Amino acid sequence: MALGFDISLAFLVVVLAAWTIQVHDTYSAVLAFVVFGLLVALIWVRLASVDVALTEAAIGSGVTGALLLSAAALLRPTESTVAPPGAAWCTAAGVVCAIITAGLGAIALLLPDPAPTLAPLAAANLPQSGLGNPVTGVLFVYRALDTLLEKVVLVLALVGVWSLAVDRLWGGIPALWPATCPDSTLTFLAQLLPSVGLMLGIYLCWTGADHPGGAFQGGALLTAMWLLVMLAGVRAAPATGLLSLRLLLVAGPTLFLVIGLSGFAIAGAFLAYPPGYGKPLIVVAEGALTLSIGVTLGLLAAGPAERAREP
Amino acid sequence: MTLALDLLTIVGVSAGCFFFVAGTVGLLRFPDALTRMHALTKADNLGLGLIVLGLLPQAAGLGHALKLVAIWLLAQVSAAVASQLIAGAVLRQRSAIWP
Amino acid sequence: MASFLMSAAGLVLAMAALGLVRIFYGPIDADRLIAAQLIGTCGVAILLLLAGATEATPITDVALILALLAAFLSVAFVRGAAGFASASEQGDDDR
Repeated sequence: MALGFDISLAFLVVVLAAWTIQVHDTYSAVLAFVVFGLLVALIWVRLASVDVALTEAAIGSGVTGALLLSAAALLRPTESTVAPPGAAWCTAAGVVCAIITAGLGAIALLLPDPAPTLAPLAAANLPQSGLGNPVTGVLFVYRALDTLLEKVVLVLALVGVWSLAVDRLWGGIPALWPATCPDSTLTFLAQLLPSVGLMLGIYLCWTGADHPGGAFQGGALLTAMWLLVMLAGVRAAPATGLLSLRLLLVAGPTLFLVIGLSGFAIAGAFLAYPPGYGKPLIVVAEGALTLSIGVTLGLLAAGPAERAREP
Repeated sequence: MTLALDLLTIVGVSAGCFFFVAGTVGLLRFPDALTRMHALTKADNLGLGLIVLGLLPQAAGLGHALKLVAIWLLAQVSAAVASQLIAGAVLRQRSAIWP
Repeated sequence: MASFLMSAAGLVLAMAALGLVRIFYGPIDADRLIAAQLIGTCGVAILLLLAGATEATPITDVALILALLAAFLSVAFVRGAAGFASASEQGDDDR
């Protein structure tokens, strides 16, 4: 029964992916891609990776959906004027994709059985950290440096997006969506949903220590709620030059870095936690990171400044 | 007692599935976007609601049961607002074609 | 009970698959959006049924996120289209 379900799900995902690639209208392709993300989240659930499913659900039906749809809306007027790529290009792309697929398939089939793994060792040492969720354990104990750098990269990506603004508008206001919106139902939703979403985001961050969830999932949910408020025109996007905004952006990574550096003094190594204090320190760092990730992703979606700051 | 609860689950989930089937058939068979939306609400409201009702007896505790009810309520709000927005878009598009 | 819930999840998945047909054939954007909305609800139902079948309660959290963000696609879709239309009109007025 479960096997039949899994096979149908995999088949559906492949069919949908193929259609998404071949359709010409960008809008339809984006819609199909968001549905694709939803089905992929189901696959992650079936693979018992609920943490990944949470991320896919929060990012896929939130930030990336809004980002891709607004990109499609921008492209729509010019779309019919762009000539489709010729047969040679399509064939070349198809061949390259086929080679990559075959390579990945070959690697998957040639893996030694049983695959070399550190999982039992990681699981055996997890209780020392006080955490119950092995994914959070890997992210914040075993591979904490990767996690730290990943958050820094996110801020760097935002600097990259901001750099697309013209010089005189640096620090100005992103103008992806005009602030006014005549639809009162949308305003109602944007006033009602964020209160629930904020609570759920905090819950995901908190529960991440022991159950699936964590800073990224919580942050992505905060972003979705913020985008909803901006889309509905309840609040406009903030000026990118605001000091308080920039402090929020770096608060998470900075706090994590401070905790990491203080590891030298109190636990003898960078990003080491003193025995017994691992969990509280990780929860504090995750809380700050949730906030920073939420703000960073929201500003990434809002884009570069397009209007000057009001004096 | 367990038998009665299991029976409730089977009845609720089956009824919910029926409305999902009805909603999908409507989505495929109805002639235009507004009537198709009418089919969608059957799956959104009744289908999901009955499945949640059927799953409540199997819930792992009070917290989990409350989560299930919250999911249904959230789906209600989302569905209602989404229908309004989509219907508005459809009507705007129609008035653009036939002013 | 687990196998009953699993087969119910399979049935709802089949309905999501039929919903894909409407995404493929449109004919207008709103039809695709309605189909996406239906598949989203199917996804929530499937997750709840899977959570019941496998007794893995964290799956419910995924359903909670999907239900919370169910309207998000429609909002972004309608707002994106309307927003850019009005923005370009404003731009024309300025010139």
